[in-house]
Amino acid sequence: MRMPRLTGARVLAALVVLVAAAAALVAWLNVRGEDPLSGDASSFVASPEQVARGAYLARAGNCAACHTDRGGAAFAGGKGIATPFGTVFASNLTPDARTGIGAWSAAQFWRALHNGRSADGRLLYPAFPYPNFTEITRADSDALFAFLRSQVPVTQPNRPHALRFPYSLQASLAVWRALFFSPGVYEPVVERSVQWNRGAYLVRALGHCAACHSPRNAFGATRESLELSGGLIPLQNWYAPSLTSSAEAGVADWPAADVAALLKTGLSPRGAALGPMAEVVFRSTQYLDDADIAAMTEFLKSLPQTPPHAVTVVTADKQVRAHGQALYKDHCAACHGAQGEGGSGPDGIVYAPLAGSRKVLLDTPANLIHIIVNGGFPPTTPGDPRPYGMPPFGPSLKDDEIAVLASYVRSAWGNAAPAVSALDVLDAR
Amino acid sequence: MTAPASSFKPPLRIAAMLASASLSAAMAGAPAPVPDTMAQRMQPCSACHGKEGRATQQGFFPRIAGKPAGYLYNQLDNFRSGRRAYPTMTYFVEQMSDGYLHEIADYFASLDLPYAPPLPAAAPADEIARGEALVRRGDAAHGIPACVQCHGAAMTGVLPAIPGLLGLPRGYLVEQFGAWRAGQRKAAAPDCMAHVATSLTPADITAVATWLAAQPVAVGPAAADSLARPLPLACGSVPP
Repeated sequence: MRMPRLTGARVLAALVVLVAAAAALVAWLNVRGEDPLSGDASSFVASPEQVARGAYLARAGNCAACHTDRGGAAFAGGKGIATPFGTVFASNLTPDARTGIGAWSAAQFWRALHNGRSADGRLLYPAFPYPNFTEITRADSDALFAFLRSQVPVTQPNRPHALRFPYSLQASLAVWRALFFSPGVYEPVVERSVQWNRGAYLVRALGHCAACHSPRNAFGATRESLELSGGLIPLQNWYAPSLTSSAEAGVADWPAADVAALLKTGLSPRGAALGPMAEVVFRSTQYLDDADIAAMTEFLKSLPQTPPHAVTVVTADKQVRAHGQALYKDHCAACHGAQGEGGSGPDGIVYAPLAGSRKVLLDTPANLIHIIVNGGFPPTTPGDPRPYGMPPFGPSLKDDEIAVLASYVRSAWGNAAPAVSALDVLDAR
Repeated sequence: MTAPASSFKPPLRIAAMLASASLSAAMAGAPAPVPDTMAQRMQPCSACHGKEGRATQQGFFPRIAGKPAGYLYNQLDNFRSGRRAYPTMTYFVEQMSDGYLHEIADYFASLDLPYAPPLPAAAPADEIARGEALVRRGDAAHGIPACVQCHGAAMTGVLPAIPGLLGLPRGYLVEQFGAWRAGQRKAAAPDCMAHVATSLTPADITAVATWLAAQPVAVGPAAADSLARPLPLACGSVPP
């Protein structure tokens, strides 16, 4: 009679010990690599050079993209970032003591960037890209802090995140971090040039390019081994093409000047920045100095390129193809040319050639559909202050017409990419 | 806030014909030179607002050609800043500089185009009469000024930033009032039109829109240069 009870208690005790050990491990993994917090809000004195440097770095990191809401005060937060797990609301980074970071120390700010923990000890959601920002240097962190502290304080309480259970729990986040996050520093690659290393730092840490240009697993985490190999941006359904594939957005064989032009002006002889990348150019890369643009270019050009894989294209039915051709002639040829050759203005190409276009030929047709449905303008920049644009065809063409048109463009003039279905269009709309 | 698909006419067909004609005439196969003009740059706008910025005849979208530049700029900025909500407009302007938005506003303001006659109002006579009364005389008992007090006696707007009211589809007019009442459309504070929209009853809004949409647009619907001051309401988007 006593034996089973004893065994049950032992099993229970063993379980308790196991759970406690797992919890302790998760807890330890969540605070590893943290520096002791020293100093307080008043002990940080910023130099004017630090503030100016921080302003530049805030552009490079595109902090405003999330932390400045549409029509809202600069860096006062409030913008919702939609994720598959719910909406994360960006926080107030102005130096308001109660609702912003006015009472933070430089060490607490560094801990947020480097370790993903807030001043009050809460774990931060990785919609704030600290898996990338962890490699930001302490000096750059302090400069960013100096800049943010120089902003006008705005009293605007942070909105609580609207995440679904169990993602809403700090414990779930702790497990996620134990599995997918470890703090890191950028280790310069000695065989590479100073410029290359600067570019790698800008792309991987501050620029957090991998946050979009890398695939995410079911838990929303990116993997270093697949870094920059392309990813579907959750919910927006724009595909951030691979920077490591010559068939997608790899630039190994581009002239450096074209890469620089795209980042600096939003427009290059190889195509324009549209959709989410237009925002990146508009808010961030157009402000980078020539040395940093050259550094990013050198790094991006050096990324190993996977060769294009063979594509099986099923030849479309004659009638469908003729329909696509007619739609193209009516709606597209005026700007993109009868043979998909594009159109040039006095300063170069303004309407992208579609023959051979990597945007058109991407495996996933999401971007092509977006562009046909929504049209759009590249960003205005000093290098392209008066951009030409594309009309939205979503209001005038039905899903099946867009599918037939997109399939035609993907198969005409030597193009060879799989056909697009009306369901693809419905998905991407 | 989605537009009915039936209100849309295929854009660019004429431009396509012209361009392909010039292409074959010039150098077949080589890229066609793209005109370095605002008209060419603004092709995307015509998908909804009609050729050269006119509204489609039976559609939802507003006429933008010939409206005061200050008004048009304010609207572009309102879309960029979230005071107005229409996904396509926001998407188009969110990465545009102030300078380009001003140039776009100036371009559409400079267009002077003839308009097809409007469809006659299909509404009971008392509704039409109520609409005209509100436009011309307002409703003092309810604190509602006449439309013409601010938008000009000819309802063609007043420089620099008060829009004309003619050549706008009825559905568009009704929806704007609805958007103001729901807080979906805002202007710079104090938002005079939000006050007007919330003071009108839904029946009044329908009556005003019905009457306005049935008025013809005169050739050369130039905005008036000036207006009797003070305005009946303070408007943040109109310089004092």
